[in-house]
Amino acid sequence: MVNTLDQIFVLLQHWIVGLLPAVLQPFAGVLLNVVAIIATFPALFAISVLLERKGLGRMQNRIGPNRVGPFGILQPVADGIKSLTKEDVVPFRADAIVHFMAPVVLVVIVFMGYAVLPMGRNMTLVHMDGALLFYFAMGACTELSVFMAGWASRNKYSLLGAMRAVAQMISYEVPLLLSSVTVVMITGSLSLDRIVEAQNQYTWGLPHWYIFTPWGLLAFLMFAIAATAETNRSPFDLPEGESELVAGYFTEYSGFKFAEFFLGEYVGMLSISGLGATLFLGGWSAPLEVLNFVPSWVWFFSKVMLSICVMIWLRGTLPRLRQDQLMNFAWKFVLPMTLLNLGVAALWRFMDGGWLRWVVCSAIVLGTYVLVGRSEMRRRHYGPRSYRYAE
Amino acid sequence: MTIVFWILAALTVAGGLAAVTLRNTVHCALAVTAAFAGLALLFLQLDAQFAGFAQILVYIGAVAILVVFAILLTRESETTEHAVFSRTWLAGLCIAAGVFAVLGWAVLRSANAIPQQATAPVVAVKDIGNALMSRYVLPLEIVALLLTAAMVGAVVVAMHEKGDTK
Repeated sequence: MVNTLDQIFVLLQHWIVGLLPAVLQPFAGVLLNVVAIIATFPALFAISVLLERKGLGRMQNRIGPNRVGPFGILQPVADGIKSLTKEDVVPFRADAIVHFMAPVVLVVIVFMGYAVLPMGRNMTLVHMDGALLFYFAMGACTELSVFMAGWASRNKYSLLGAMRAVAQMISYEVPLLLSSVTVVMITGSLSLDRIVEAQNQYTWGLPHWYIFTPWGLLAFLMFAIAATAETNRSPFDLPEGESELVAGYFTEYSGFKFAEFFLGEYVGMLSISGLGATLFLGGWSAPLEVLNFVPSWVWFFSKVMLSICVMIWLRGTLPRLRQDQLMNFAWKFVLPMTLLNLGVAALWRFMDGGWLRWVVCSAIVLGTYVLVGRSEMRRRHYGPRSYRYAE
Repeated sequence: MTIVFWILAALTVAGGLAAVTLRNTVHCALAVTAAFAGLALLFLQLDAQFAGFAQILVYIGAVAILVVFAILLTRESETTEHAVFSRTWLAGLCIAAGVFAVLGWAVLRSANAIPQQATAPVVAVKDIGNALMSRYVLPLEIVALLLTAAMVGAVVVAMHEKGDTK
């Protein structure tokens, strides 16, 4: 019974594919998986948008949407109908083809990342040897669509927003990759399935998740920071800072194209949360051995939604960074910490198990954190700010 | 020579052609990106996963973005008025044809030099990593040195002169 529930989607897929003639079966199997992914994540997108609007409202002493349906839970439906029926305005001077292609490219690329995420036991679309590399290759392509959107709009706010977004995404991609490399070093594989299996072990009923090691905790924190910046979420939402740039690179988008950008952003958040959960939080494995009777996919999706809640919480709590703070933080704090973490992970790999490696690795991680943090604080100049204006 | 190969080849060649014939420089850069993507897909079609993903990560994720930034920051990205072909197009065509001939000759010759295998070898990413760290460690280190030198050079170029106000 437990096993059936765990594999229910896999069994369902096999049953549906079994109904079809043998010629179509391989094709239908893949198609069914893709349809499942394309249906599930926009549904989660709707839930997280509602969660964000309600939660953010409460954090800001507002009520939030409460008109559509009981407690406003049908708000995403109303939003969807609105964006579908709105007029699609393309600026007269805009580059029509590139302007049209940008949101399409973004949505397609963002969905590609899900192909390698293990969403439950035996629930990976493509079992790939270099799955992590594939994920990051797809992630790197989103920058191009952001640039296309900003450039094709022929609007200075759009272009400035796109330049900011691309600079920010390139800067934070380095720590994102470097913090994930530690997991690859310890597991010895780029395959996300293998990474989850390596964490799906228990000692005294407690899991072997990578977050519960000194290097893993540091890598997870750095990964979370970089992932927040990579998805242009607050406090790193300068590219769409509404007080300066209207809406950043998608200022000139309306109607369904705007909805596509919105979808791309949230699906990207869900996807990178899924990757974070897979790398550091044990993917679909249960947090305690006794909880193994709960289906694996429940764990994966609850970890993803938990990360989304933390992101909403951060958005409600932290003020937006300034551009120079953003860059200094990436290159002078996050990057040195991830580089050091590579060394710590290597040390962890080659020291024998036991309490000694815990002490040594934790001491290095904590010591550097305090040192780097302190020196950054001391170097910061608290004086009157100087402004430079364009002549 | 499957149908997939022909589609990918057409995409790559069309991207490359568009890159040299389009008038708007940013459009050219985007067309080059399409050609890069086609190449990456060709690698993937040949089961060379690592090369394909590295192609996407490096060329689309970094090189294309750099090209686009360079175009935007250095000159007008507006459509040029004069013809797209420069005056030295004949020389350029000859050099390109020469390089292509040499590469084609080398590739065709290599089929005889390497013993034929009955089945395609399965190369995992791990094998590539092991090879890079053992047999090919010297070239790897030379490339690393070169990149570091380039990076130091870039920092020196971008650095403020002494006494120069910020």
